[in-house]
Amino acid sequence: MFGAGGGTSSYREAEETDLIVLWGSNARETHPIFFHHLLRGVRNGARLYAVDPRRTSSAEWADVWLGLDVGSDISLANGIAREIIHAGLANREFIDRATDHYEDYARTVEAYTPERVERETGVPAEAISDLARAYATANRAMICWTLGITEHHNAVDNVLALINLSLLTGHVGKYGSGLNPLRGQNNVQGGGDMGALPDRLPGFNYVENDALRQRCEMVWGCDIPATRGWHLSNMFEAMDRGDLSALYVIGENPVQSEADRTLTERRLRSLDFMVVQDIFLTATAEIADVVLPAAAAWAETEGTVTNSERRVQRVRKALEPPGEARDDLWIIYELARRMGFDWGEASAEGAWNELRKVSPVHRGMTYARLEELGGIQWPCYDESHPGELFLHSRLQEDPVPGLRAPFVPVEHDPPVDPLTDDFPIRLTTGRRLDSYNTGVQSGGFRSPMRRGETLDISPEDAERYGLAEGERVRVVSRRGQVEVPVRLDAGLRPGLVFMTLHFQDDVTTNLLTMDATDPKSGTAEFKATAVRIEKLEAPVPA
Amino acid sequence: MTSDARRPEPPAEGGYHPAPYVMPPDLARVFTTPAGRPTRIPEPPPEALKSAVTLQIDGRSISVPEGSTILEACRAEGIDVPTMCWLENLTPVNVCRVCVVEVAGSRVLAPACSRKVEPGMDVQTKSERVKASRKVVLEFLASSVDTSLAGPAAPNGDFAAYLERYGADPSRFGPPAGPAAAGEREAHGPGHHHSPSGSEAASAATVRQPVKVDNDLYVRDYSKCILCYKCVEACGDDAQNTFAIAVAGRGFDARISTEWNVGLPDSACVYCGNCIGVCPTGALMFKSEHDMRAAGTWDESAQSTTETICPYCGVGCVLDLHVQDNTIVKVTSPMDSSVTDGHLCIKGRFGFEFTQSRGPGRPGS
Repeated sequence: MFGAGGGTSSYREAEETDLIVLWGSNARETHPIFFHHLLRGVRNGARLYAVDPRRTSSAEWADVWLGLDVGSDISLANGIAREIIHAGLANREFIDRATDHYEDYARTVEAYTPERVERETGVPAEAISDLARAYATANRAMICWTLGITEHHNAVDNVLALINLSLLTGHVGKYGSGLNPLRGQNNVQGGGDMGALPDRLPGFNYVENDALRQRCEMVWGCDIPATRGWHLSNMFEAMDRGDLSALYVIGENPVQSEADRTLTERRLRSLDFMVVQDIFLTATAEIADVVLPAAAAWAETEGTVTNSERRVQRVRKALEPPGEARDDLWIIYELARRMGFDWGEASAEGAWNELRKVSPVHRGMTYARLEELGGIQWPCYDESHPGELFLHSRLQEDPVPGLRAPFVPVEHDPPVDPLTDDFPIRLTTGRRLDSYNTGVQSGGFRSPMRRGETLDISPEDAERYGLAEGERVRVVSRRGQVEVPVRLDAGLRPGLVFMTLHFQDDVTTNLLTMDATDPKSGTAEFKATAVRIEKLEAPVPA
Repeated sequence: MTSDARRPEPPAEGGYHPAPYVMPPDLARVFTTPAGRPTRIPEPPPEALKSAVTLQIDGRSISVPEGSTILEACRAEGIDVPTMCWLENLTPVNVCRVCVVEVAGSRVLAPACSRKVEPGMDVQTKSERVKASRKVVLEFLASSVDTSLAGPAAPNGDFAAYLERYGADPSRFGPPAGPAAAGEREAHGPGHHHSPSGSEAASAATVRQPVKVDNDLYVRDYSKCILCYKCVEACGDDAQNTFAIAVAGRGFDARISTEWNVGLPDSACVYCGNCIGVCPTGALMFKSEHDMRAAGTWDESAQSTTETICPYCGVGCVLDLHVQDNTIVKVTSPMDSSVTDGHLCIKGRFGFEFTQSRGPGRPGS
């Protein structure tokens, strides 16, 4: 945010803050060790607000649970903002000194009256007012979120709505106050930092910013196209148009991880050529023309990852990879060699030192210092710099060095897949503690808690549709259908059902989900599918 | 959810593809330009300065910050104090009593792990009374519990060294009594345990019992349990906050138990394994280690430990992979990690098997 994509706070700050808003995140199950820090904060007296359609195991620890309707986050955030402004609790000193476009923002949120927000979100107006006042008056307050915010067609707007709240109250750039996306994979943060985004080169060098691009061109001694590339959803569209005919997939399993599996698979099969480089023969690898077996990056190779508090950490080789499997870096160097470019010996530290030349925020991180300090949090500008505990402290200075932070007004935009008489139930998706994404990794160990895929449903709906625990049903969306056993979950409200993506070989949840994507981030709306539930005929005894 | 109904029905396939988003130029500038640096490196608020406390330990004058424990003062000065139930990432519960010291003017010996220093305190760590007390405590533990794998930190050895240092002779209570049958100790009610008499008196009472193996991830061998409470603390409010286990029963029948003594799969356990991570005696153990020990293939001298980062979520937990014969046999986390404080979740501690798949699951193998 504000030009640097990373969580602003450190984990230790969650232990010493006064208020935590956990928004669209079931961190108790998806980020358990961050939740340890958060619980220490709760035990130290912090108030915890959980904003989530489900009353999750995280929400059970909260002082207040705001069970909003799926996809109404912006309405709720704007309603909170209006309440803060009307109560005279906006931080005018901070707004005047450190931000731009406040008047536009105030005008936008004025339309979000308590009556409207209660109607759009399903959250009682008193609970919204309580959160607004508690957040605005806390000495230190942080907002943490996960995919409940970002797996929507308007993901970026959702994030902006939360950033706006922090600007309205000045809860950013201070110890214990901040904005923290909890990253879902061990190197989501690092991948973005290293330029695995269509508009960026490594080290936040925006490809369309001439000065930043030229920094990389000078180091690499070549010209770089000055326009952004495609994100994943753009690529799928390009496949439909026939503009993209060859694909090189490294460590992804889009056949199972992307929304609307039928469509995804048809698109990938339409390619002239697909290479998959993975540690497993995934469902995607099975339809590839060439499979390059890779070493497991966390235990069979050297390198770094970056976590949700911006800490660059070393991963090390503990095991010899099997057979012909090779380090990703070696494979890429070897491909370059076959294309006529000899980059020399593949070395993780060598690649890292090359990054340090183009990325000012990583410049001070030598392997030796990463080792010595147990990882370093970016930015780290030189070898005497300790790294930074929290970001944007400049916004708390007077005058503010550099650019002021802009309010970006955003409007409520409900989920794309509408609820109708034919599809009256909202299906949302998520993860469980002992499993992970498409289950390729977590399927390898025998968790005593694993029970396979279920359709989690509120006791009220189970009664309404005449369904019993364990009964198999058919779940139908506008795109596909699956059969799955029912499980009652009192944490769900009537009209809301839940499934995971962990058991795609058994229950292909992504036959149901849709590929409505956020035009800014390319993220698909996994969190909001319209479905109906059909009872199966009694099975005929064999 | 009724507000959803305003949107028109989307096409059956092909999804929702709005016009490409174009950021207004002044916003684009903000989001694609380095934001600027603070003039000072951000720091946490300064901690309140603690005044120094001066005390005597073994006749030496020592100054430590206010609020320190006697144990911290001793270790800062290089004075060795044995511990079994203390661990740096847990709140002291002072139950094992091997760290006791003599404080002048105090009627009873004080646990060094939790007693705070006071100005002018006169502490003896090597007096005859301290040595005798530690010796008897060690004898009670070693005569009733299988301490063959006991060590307070990096496993093995320390407990044996303590026995030797204090001249403890666990055999002086007689040969160890035989094991209880499965479930027998759990069935004991309050007041069940009496002083042994007759033939019983010739042997030392023990907590020997069959190993509990009720899941694929870890085993509980309570023959090795000294009731140090570390697992209870790690499962409870010192780390995991799951509260799946507690101490049940009283006196010699006290034991670590799930609610109603149900098996782990029926309990509140979420298999974080943080109890294993803090267990000082090997009572709680990876099933992989348990099986290898049973098969005689567990060989610590052939193991290497490599520090890396968990391959799952984005918290970035530091893992120590214990590897033998190119196979991960155990996962721990360093207690000085600012990310984990030594604690992990089920995926970090047990979720490594996918990498070890060397069969057809992994191409190239």
